[in-house]
Amino acid sequence: MEFRKVSTLTGSLAVLALVASACGGGGGGGDIAAAEKDNESVAAAAGGECGEVNMAVNPWVGYEADAYVVGYVADTMLGCQTTYKNLKEEVSWQGFGSGDVDVVIEDWGHPDLEKLYFADQGGDGSAESVGATGNVGVIGWYVPPWMAQEYPDITDWSNLNKYASLFETPESGGKGQFLGADPSYVQYDESIVSNLDLDFKVVFSGSESASIAAFQKAEENKTPLIGYFYEPQWFISTVPLVKVDLPAYTDGCADDAKAVACDYPETQLQKIVASDFADSGSPAFDLVKNFEWTNDDQNLVASYIADDGMSPEDAAQKWVEANPDKVEAWLS
Amino acid sequence: MSAPLTATRAPDDMVAGTPGEEATVPTSRRTRWGAPTWALAGGVVAVWVVVSVLADGSNTLYLPGLGRTGFHDYFSDLKVDLIRGRDTNVVMQVVGALSDVFNAAVGWLQDVFSRADLPRPVPQVGYLGVLGIAGWCTLAVAGWRLAVAVEVGLVAVGLLGYWADSLDTLIVTFFAVGIALLIGMPLAIWIGCSRLARTVATPVLDVLQTMPAFVYLAPFALFFSIGPAIAVAVTVLYALPPAVRIAAHGIQMVSRTTIEATDSLGQTRWQRLAKVQLPMARKTIIVGVNQTIMAALSMVVIAGFVNSPGLGQPVLEALAAGRVGSALTSGLCIVILAILLDRVTTEASERSETLARSGGRGRAHWIGLGVAAVVALVMVYLSRLELRFAEFPTTSLGGTIASAVDSFAGWVTDHIGGVTTAIQRGTTNGLLNPLQDLIAGSPWFVTGTALLLLAGVLAGVRGALSTAVCLGGIYMTGLWYDAMVTLTSVLVATVFVMILAVVLGVWMARSRVVERALRPLLDAAQVMPPFVYLIPVLLLFDPTRFTAIFAAVVYAAPVAIKLVADGVKQVPEATIEAATAAGSTPWQLITKVQLPMARGHLVLAANQGLLYVLAMVVIGGLVGGGALGYDVVLGFSQNEYFGKGVAAGIAIVLLGVMVDRVARRAAETSGTSRSGAT
Repeated sequence: MEFRKVSTLTGSLAVLALVASACGGGGGGGDIAAAEKDNESVAAAAGGECGEVNMAVNPWVGYEADAYVVGYVADTMLGCQTTYKNLKEEVSWQGFGSGDVDVVIEDWGHPDLEKLYFADQGGDGSAESVGATGNVGVIGWYVPPWMAQEYPDITDWSNLNKYASLFETPESGGKGQFLGADPSYVQYDESIVSNLDLDFKVVFSGSESASIAAFQKAEENKTPLIGYFYEPQWFISTVPLVKVDLPAYTDGCADDAKAVACDYPETQLQKIVASDFADSGSPAFDLVKNFEWTNDDQNLVASYIADDGMSPEDAAQKWVEANPDKVEAWLS
Repeated sequence: MSAPLTATRAPDDMVAGTPGEEATVPTSRRTRWGAPTWALAGGVVAVWVVVSVLADGSNTLYLPGLGRTGFHDYFSDLKVDLIRGRDTNVVMQVVGALSDVFNAAVGWLQDVFSRADLPRPVPQVGYLGVLGIAGWCTLAVAGWRLAVAVEVGLVAVGLLGYWADSLDTLIVTFFAVGIALLIGMPLAIWIGCSRLARTVATPVLDVLQTMPAFVYLAPFALFFSIGPAIAVAVTVLYALPPAVRIAAHGIQMVSRTTIEATDSLGQTRWQRLAKVQLPMARKTIIVGVNQTIMAALSMVVIAGFVNSPGLGQPVLEALAAGRVGSALTSGLCIVILAILLDRVTTEASERSETLARSGGRGRAHWIGLGVAAVVALVMVYLSRLELRFAEFPTTSLGGTIASAVDSFAGWVTDHIGGVTTAIQRGTTNGLLNPLQDLIAGSPWFVTGTALLLLAGVLAGVRGALSTAVCLGGIYMTGLWYDAMVTLTSVLVATVFVMILAVVLGVWMARSRVVERALRPLLDAAQVMPPFVYLIPVLLLFDPTRFTAIFAAVVYAAPVAIKLVADGVKQVPEATIEAATAAGSTPWQLITKVQLPMARGHLVLAANQGLLYVLAMVVIGGLVGGGALGYDVVLGFSQNEYFGKGVAAGIAIVLLGVMVDRVARRAAETSGTSRSGAT
């Protein structure tokens, strides 16, 4: 009984709502209808040829900076509709084949994924690289700045064993603690430690947030810490971590992950797109292909987001408006 | 057992032994073994320690953080095969088509309520209209007080700056809960009516509830594509078990005499179900719906990892940028939504009960609802017409609160960072490391034997049997060492949870003021996504195992505290008066009367606390917990390690089942022997 009455009432409410909607949507005045007409004419003027762009957003701020700058330019100057998708790398690459993802704008090198998805490496051909972003990725072992001042020779790996006891924590089982990185990242610190006979144990922080928190605290409290970090990274502009020099990278020295005894190579960060997107003739594809900027550019936008608390959209807008020539070069 | 668990996330009983089923096996342990249980257990531990020291870290089956085994690669290869065959895989095509439907449906709802339906600059129904509809619906099912609360709550999430994200969360949650109930209710009826079905379904539900979502998130993305559909799928999987368990429990609990009485009238089985069992179980079923909603909301942030629309996104973004304040404000919105949904469904269930008894309502009620409907319609109409009624006004409130929180967090870490580090190091050196050296640092066969013997002593033959099966499984996963490290952390965390639960629970039960002050805090803490407080916890304690334990305790303690408080409060007044009259001191009253009489609730609290702690293993992996939690995150993050993540997920499930079974049997055993003695 009760239920029936409620449903009758709900039903009649729904019908009334439909009627009301018809009135509201039928151009019966009001500023929403006007705004809708404006939008339509803007879209018509832009030609509407660009369409949707699915931009993967991998979870670090530097990546966000690239993604939102490109997306902002695509939306405002090419009339595209960029959809940002917050995904980790691995899932992003899966999305190339299903059409869920068009662009991964900053790739740090994933040989295993390339084998699966690049046609020239025997993959299914759903993805391809369209060149470098201009950013150079530097992965390595870092210490907080106070340590580099206090112990100047610590930045040479051959002195690390001398200082190992400084880094000892309850986590590291009597050895020095080396803070391993977010599991998403390319890393072989366990191999480096054992192949260089370092008296250290790799303890994994588990996430980038955890690593940043640890370095931040180490610098503030002047406590010892050594760990995996990378540039470009907004945090380095807040706390300028100092890189420890491992034996220099030579071609092929990191090919066998178990035998690595050298530093990480410098990485030219790549732009990866879905092959379907590359063939679509979208003007956004040309934009992505031409997009190129420096580590300083990215750090600036990233610090707008992370330090100043701006939304990524606002940060992108601010940078784009301040750098018209660079943007112009991408569009030609 | 069901009613007082406001906003509880996990199920009441994870285990085959439903509340009605009594243990029959054990009698007094003393008579069988010839020595008290504690002495035997102590003996086992003593021998274990000696052997462990002699073995000096050999045969621990340690696998480096980035090491893999053939078992792991097997699963990784399976996933690669899936990816390679995705264009021809029939199952994937079918699921893909289904998820297109989901995506379209959620997208349509978003166009109507939460995102600009381009070229229209705003959704079809603006914020004023949403307030109207939400208010009216609440009024209809739960009365005007809660309708006001809903309006205030929704305005609050809007003022905090998360109007659209909150509506997205509501859309995905309702959608997922709807599907979970659609699948869950028939299952519940089946399980409620058939013993065989229950035996089959229980382990499956156990696995669904303890298997970390990170394990199946990436492969799900292959089947469901990236979009709301995968969030719905993941949420349904996690929200299904409580729906099924509680509803089935409700159906089983319908009194046998009622069924026999109505059977004697010659009813068919269908009539019995539709006219007797379901109506009589209605209240419990609505509790199940309530628990399903809470479970679904606890997946909001996890679903954000695969781009689910909703509040998970701002939480994760804040986490990536290390912003404590905005993580908290977005987390607060989840808390507000959860508390509103909890109160509304609870009230609705109580009303339906009262109404069913009193037989409907008067005319005034319907006129009131009708008037409210007209008001709601006008609100919808206005929100479709004018931008100022459609777009939630932007305010600086959220930003102000966020920066206040940021500076407060900064102050706290600056000023007590030294103390907290000392606590972390002290606990790790004094408690965690010795325990871990014993459990994980002994040869695997020594630890295995010791655990088997302990299970046998504490929980009898059946307990030992469960332990043997689970330990065998863990050995197979190739992650024995990591599993033992995780087991250590889980045990330590559960002990801390129980200490907190007993201290605060008793205090709450004995003082109304404390109860009033603590309960809303506990409710909020229980639904606050743990991701929100990861950064402050990290800043206090560094990325360590202790940090993971601390976060798990924060997450698991509220439910245990509330259970203990409820248990102590249920001790009859007369008993307490009698004890006081006999001259008991408050301390005697607590230890000799209140706690022993709340024993059932203490056991339940320990069980729930343990389940909640286990649910935090993976999140612990994000803050330095290492071991299985790290392995799962690694498997989710890197294709080559997918199989290791699966293996770690299996190990977590096995650990959960093992500890749960042993604890339950042990509780039943000691309960029987004690009641035998008195």
